[in-house]
Amino acid sequence: MMLEIGIEHYLTVAAMLFTLGVFGIFLNRKNVIIILLSVELILLSVNINLVAFSSYMGDLTGQIFTMFILTVAAAEASIGLAILVVYFRNRGSIAVEDIHLMKG
Amino acid sequence: MYQTIVFLPLIAALVAGLFSKQVGVRGSQIITCGALIIAALLSWFAFFKVAMTPGDHSLHIQVLSWIVSGDFQINWAFQIDTLTAVMLVVVNTVSCLVHIYSVGYMSHDPHIQRFMSYLSLFTFAMLMLVTADNFVQMFFGWEGVGLASYLLIGFWYKKPSACAAAIKAFVVNRVGDFGFALGIFAIFMTFGSADFAVVFSDVGAYSDKTIYFLGMELDLLTTICILLFIGAMGKSAQLGLHTWLPDAMEGPTPVSALIHAATMVTAGVFMVARCSPLFEYAPVALDVVCIIGASTAFFAATVGMSQFDIKRVIAYSTCSQLGYMFFALGIGAYGAAIFHLFTHAFFKALLFLGSGSVIHASSDEQDMRNMGGLRKKIPLTFWMMVIGTLALTGFPFFAGYYSKDMIIESAFAAHSSVGSYAFGMGVAAALMTSFYSWRLIFMTFFGESRASKEVQDHVHESPQVMLAPLYVLALGALVSGFLFKEYFVGHHYEDFWAGALTLVGDNVMETAHHVPSWVIASPFIAMVSGLAIAYYFYIKRPEMPGKFVQTFRFLHALSFNKWYFDELYDVIFVRPAMKLGYFLWKSGDENIIDRYGPDGVSAAVVRVAERFRNLQSGYLYHYAFAMLIGLSAFVTWFVLGGQ
Repeated sequence: MMLEIGIEHYLTVAAMLFTLGVFGIFLNRKNVIIILLSVELILLSVNINLVAFSSYMGDLTGQIFTMFILTVAAAEASIGLAILVVYFRNRGSIAVEDIHLMKG
Repeated sequence: MYQTIVFLPLIAALVAGLFSKQVGVRGSQIITCGALIIAALLSWFAFFKVAMTPGDHSLHIQVLSWIVSGDFQINWAFQIDTLTAVMLVVVNTVSCLVHIYSVGYMSHDPHIQRFMSYLSLFTFAMLMLVTADNFVQMFFGWEGVGLASYLLIGFWYKKPSACAAAIKAFVVNRVGDFGFALGIFAIFMTFGSADFAVVFSDVGAYSDKTIYFLGMELDLLTTICILLFIGAMGKSAQLGLHTWLPDAMEGPTPVSALIHAATMVTAGVFMVARCSPLFEYAPVALDVVCIIGASTAFFAATVGMSQFDIKRVIAYSTCSQLGYMFFALGIGAYGAAIFHLFTHAFFKALLFLGSGSVIHASSDEQDMRNMGGLRKKIPLTFWMMVIGTLALTGFPFFAGYYSKDMIIESAFAAHSSVGSYAFGMGVAAALMTSFYSWRLIFMTFFGESRASKEVQDHVHESPQVMLAPLYVLALGALVSGFLFKEYFVGHHYEDFWAGALTLVGDNVMETAHHVPSWVIASPFIAMVSGLAIAYYFYIKRPEMPGKFVQTFRFLHALSFNKWYFDELYDVIFVRPAMKLGYFLWKSGDENIIDRYGPDGVSAAVVRVAERFRNLQSGYLYHYAFAMLIGLSAFVTWFVLGGQ
């Protein structure tokens, strides 16, 4: 039997990626870079949703939008990493445990 | 004219007090003394016009409307009759002389303007009291003199004992004033007015009325009169509320002479005499007045015999003489009481100012044990003191002889049990008065000097500005008795008082002229024996007092410790009040109000804030997690809530 791959499969994968991303943010105790990666993961899962719906609805708008998001995400990742580099220079560490200057 | 008499001292007090920098030391002295000299001269003029001229010359002068609230209408007004005129003369004369005396006595003090201002303020309040035409204005003056007394006792505010004495005087007077205020309330409730004229004309209609209070049925007028008398007891230092007067001697000596001898302490006597129409309808209250007065005369005299502070001896003497005045009031001899008030003002002010001169001469020494032999060094002061003492002890033809003997004879002539009690106490007190007065003279002026070398070398007669008031007062102590005897208590009684005093029954002063000769002689005999004992004890056999004390240790201790009144009050009132205050402070205020009130709220805020602060961990993933939970909650709510 041939399994028809439909919209729900795409959505399931996207949801899984999204959940992985979220857990990556708040279960991670080590490294800020991993948080950045998790954020990217969440973005990508949303992109998958957009592409899946675009294909399903027969409307190209979603895919075009995804292209924009990818470019913006690349820019954002570079800025994030740049901040991290500066942060490391200043504090000598990018361990999540050490970043708690906002503690009340 | 009367407005000038009353308000001139107020103006002087305000100018000297508020513009002390501008007018300067000399200016304040000139202003206050000048105002008082004018007021005193006008008072004598008023006295001759109102009292000494035959016929009724009483006046009623409306000054201002004060309180108008429904039926309650109070005016600032003067009631000028013989009683007021006598008081005007007493107050302004003594006050004027004390002002002049203070110029010399206080010359080394850094706060002369303040002192002169307070003295004038006191005079104003006292004049307000004696000229009042209603109870409320009288109460204003009553509290005003209390305030001035407080300020002047505590004049040397750097001395802790002076501050304590000032507070004591104020608090003890508050007890009396509370009674007085209740009396005024009761009068307004009963008569619907606080004006003397209304109250005294209606009083007959209420003679048998009763009121219910705390389940007791009390005679209305008796209750009112006793409440008023409690006020008089506080102000006039009668037995029970007398403890403040000896302590008040912490103030400067001119203050003691003016306030605590001649004028303020006689306010109670004046008030009872003014209310004679009320008291005449309350015989029980009169008996109370008589018994308290006689007891005070006796008690204060016993204490006076063993004190060593020269001013305290005279203070107890004042207390004792006030007792005489009160028992004279109690037996209905109002004229005799006011007569004694009048003469007493002169000789007691003389004694106080004389003792001030002694203290001034011996470098602020007040203990008679460190004096002695001053007669040769300050002869003028010595003779003035002797005149005062002769007048006080009732030596024939001096002022006290006429007034005090009149009181004692009236007490006998009253032919009642309280009258006899008063007579006995009065004669006994006369003996003791003579003893302690001469003891004071002998210890201070005779014998060998017991002062230190420096003090002895420094002894000097006071300046003329201090001696001149003494001369005037000495003249008063010499002649005020026989000059005015016929007017106050003698043949011109009716003409002189002209209805200012009310008597319902017989005039005891009339029958007092016809008492047995042994009664007339008894005060004189008491006086002579007191003098003889004092002479024997302190001149002939100076070792006798010590032996006497050894033999009668208990009696001496009782007298020396003022019958333990202060100790008793300390145990009964002061310590429980302190304990209650401490309890309310610690348990009531700190443990309940503060704990659950302001302190509790602020602590709760801190605690809650502490918890919330812990939420801010500073870790990024905590915030992210919180955002996510929040977001999911919103989404869930939108999705599920929408259906």
